[in-house]
Amino acid sequence: MATMTMVQALRSAMDVMLGRDDNVVIYGQDVGYFGGVFRCTEGLQAKYGRTRVFDAPISEGGIIGSAIGMAAYGLRPVVEVQFADYFYPGYDQIVSEAARLRYRSAGDFTAPLTIRMPCGGGIYGGQTHSQSPEALFTHVCGVRTVMPSNPYDAKGLLIASIECDDPVIFFEPKRLYNGPFDGHHDRPVVPWSANPSSEVPEGHYTVPLESAAVFRSGADLTVLAYGTMVYVSEAAARESGIDAEVIDIRSLWPLDLPTIVASVKKTGRCVIVHEATRTSGFGAELAALVQEHCFYQLEAPIERVTGWDTPYPHALEWAYFPGPERVAAAFRRAMEP
Amino acid sequence: MSMGPLRLNVPEPTGRPGRETDFSYLRLAPAAETRRPPLDVSPAHTGDLAYSLVRVLDDDGRAVGPWVPQIDPDSLRHGLRAMMKTRAFDARMLIAQRQKKISFYMQCLGEEAIAIAHARALEDGDMCFPTYRQQGLLLGRDDISMVEMICQLMSNERDPLKGRQLPVMYSYKRAGFFSISGNVATQFIQAVGWGMASAIKGDRRIASAWIGDGSTAESDFHTALTFAHVYRAPVILNVVNNQWAISTFQAIAGGEATTFAAHGVGCGIASLRVDGNDYLAVYAASRWAVERARSNLGPTLIEWVTYRAGAHSTSDDPSRYRPADDWQHFPLGDPIARLKKHLTRIGAWSELEHEKTQKEVEAQVNEAFKQAERYGTLLDGNIPPLATMFEDVYKDMPPHLREQFAKAGA
Repeated sequence: MATMTMVQALRSAMDVMLGRDDNVVIYGQDVGYFGGVFRCTEGLQAKYGRTRVFDAPISEGGIIGSAIGMAAYGLRPVVEVQFADYFYPGYDQIVSEAARLRYRSAGDFTAPLTIRMPCGGGIYGGQTHSQSPEALFTHVCGVRTVMPSNPYDAKGLLIASIECDDPVIFFEPKRLYNGPFDGHHDRPVVPWSANPSSEVPEGHYTVPLESAAVFRSGADLTVLAYGTMVYVSEAAARESGIDAEVIDIRSLWPLDLPTIVASVKKTGRCVIVHEATRTSGFGAELAALVQEHCFYQLEAPIERVTGWDTPYPHALEWAYFPGPERVAAAFRRAMEP
Repeated sequence: MSMGPLRLNVPEPTGRPGRETDFSYLRLAPAAETRRPPLDVSPAHTGDLAYSLVRVLDDDGRAVGPWVPQIDPDSLRHGLRAMMKTRAFDARMLIAQRQKKISFYMQCLGEEAIAIAHARALEDGDMCFPTYRQQGLLLGRDDISMVEMICQLMSNERDPLKGRQLPVMYSYKRAGFFSISGNVATQFIQAVGWGMASAIKGDRRIASAWIGDGSTAESDFHTALTFAHVYRAPVILNVVNNQWAISTFQAIAGGEATTFAAHGVGCGIASLRVDGNDYLAVYAASRWAVERARSNLGPTLIEWVTYRAGAHSTSDDPSRYRPADDWQHFPLGDPIARLKKHLTRIGAWSELEHEKTQKEVEAQVNEAFKQAERYGTLLDGNIPPLATMFEDVYKDMPPHLREQFAKAGA
């Protein structure tokens, strides 16, 4: 065991997989010599050489498209898109190609690649460094969408994603890279070392895909959240005195429905929290699933707390970010009837 | 110099229905005129080749000049037969489409030499990333069953792709034929990635990427050139310039004031512009590019100048936008007629043999068609079972798809 930040845990996952499997290669903008703008690949090129870990041209379509060819050859590429806000030029390669290669070729060719991308706000990144576009992937059949919330899960889920034979979109909430963040931006930063989930095995292990975690047990209502929002939801529970059960969905799609359904049936109330914009966000799918499976147990309307339907603002970042006060207000509404 | 108001240039072909094409825009060079550089030529020193035309066969069917390849007459006879087989296959499938036994078809009439001669220059294990007009890569081989290909076209119970793809979107990993997407250009950068992987692994296998003139306007084309150059990928970048992208003339894709080959030179890639209807030139240029790739000399871009003699697909009517008899006037002629002329000239072929071969390939195609029909056609509804709709979305079927499958079957 070692104490790791999320950045260190992600690096450890890639280190372990580069060491275990000669077919794993890592590339993207600035990931080689420099080690990535968030330092996730620092030292890996020096350790494994320039043909295993290398820099790529500024071309998300090229990075993802070439990775599909590599995966079809038999490699397991792990590519980094520097910010999730930049993936759009590579979307066609993900949706039309990686996601459907196994299907359209009836298994003749497959694309086992992992696309890492930092997402989310809270770093004053403005509208081009703060987006949470997960719903653009959960809507696509044939890819898996994953978002860890802590160092232990980050390493275990990244290894599981690299070993997975399906293409995986791996979102890294960048505000969590160096510490858990509960939305109180005016308070001192809490380091990962103070959090038990920073205890991370140094070797190989996996956190299985399609499994959610009960992040905080509670009796009053169920919160469905992922990434940074699990800490915000926990803070809201603490501060409101409402005993919320916080489910960390982790694998967004395909997802662990039984854990969600069991919790909502237990509490009878459900609040969905995500940082992404509201309309047609992943929360809409979660709300639909909950009413399909838990309708007769629901004692109040399902609440959604999300980013507003605007681009992510720069100066008004904290008015946009769904912080603990907005989440706690939703808890109170859900408890009202 | 005009000082009048600004004008937008919208390129227009010289020929339209009722107005004959002036093919001088092709800037052809006579056979034997274009030099053959050493394999390790600097990409910057292929600029002249990108604006010229590599040709071997002259108008009299003689093989002339520095690009005459080392290829024996038996191999050429095999190539001619494969082109005839491909043309007979296409002709039969067009009829099948009109009979509604298949939903859709795309022929490669007039372009047969490119895929077939190129494939002869590759080795087993190499991987082509084709477009939908390279069926010659498969039909030129003797180890791919035409029956199986036709089952794909019919989406029947023996369709290896389980009825998931439009006709002609084959996938044959064992024959070095990557799954055709149906989206254009996407496979060009994937081929570069495949070649990069082969180089990362210290392998000997190379990739061959395919794209049409129209699709070079997609960003995937330009990205592929950048990546191929940056990583010196062992890949051949084939641009089939058949002059037409459905109704859009090649000048609209960017071929008016330059050539598609010249795009490669600008990106630091050795580039050739080649007569795509000249079987010997296709083979010679392909060999040159294959040897460069396999010797770590990097990518080669080849523009194959040819003509899409047929409709874009069975859903297209080219007489609406170009002269109906355009192909008859295309100065690079018909690849089958040209190779036939050459082989006849060197005493390796005859009119009698040609007629006999024509009958043989037609009989083979008809026999394969009859066999494939026994497994069902779109007409009789003998299609793959419902489960195949839900399989292979993921490696293992997740719970939500198991649930949807149960609902769909109920």
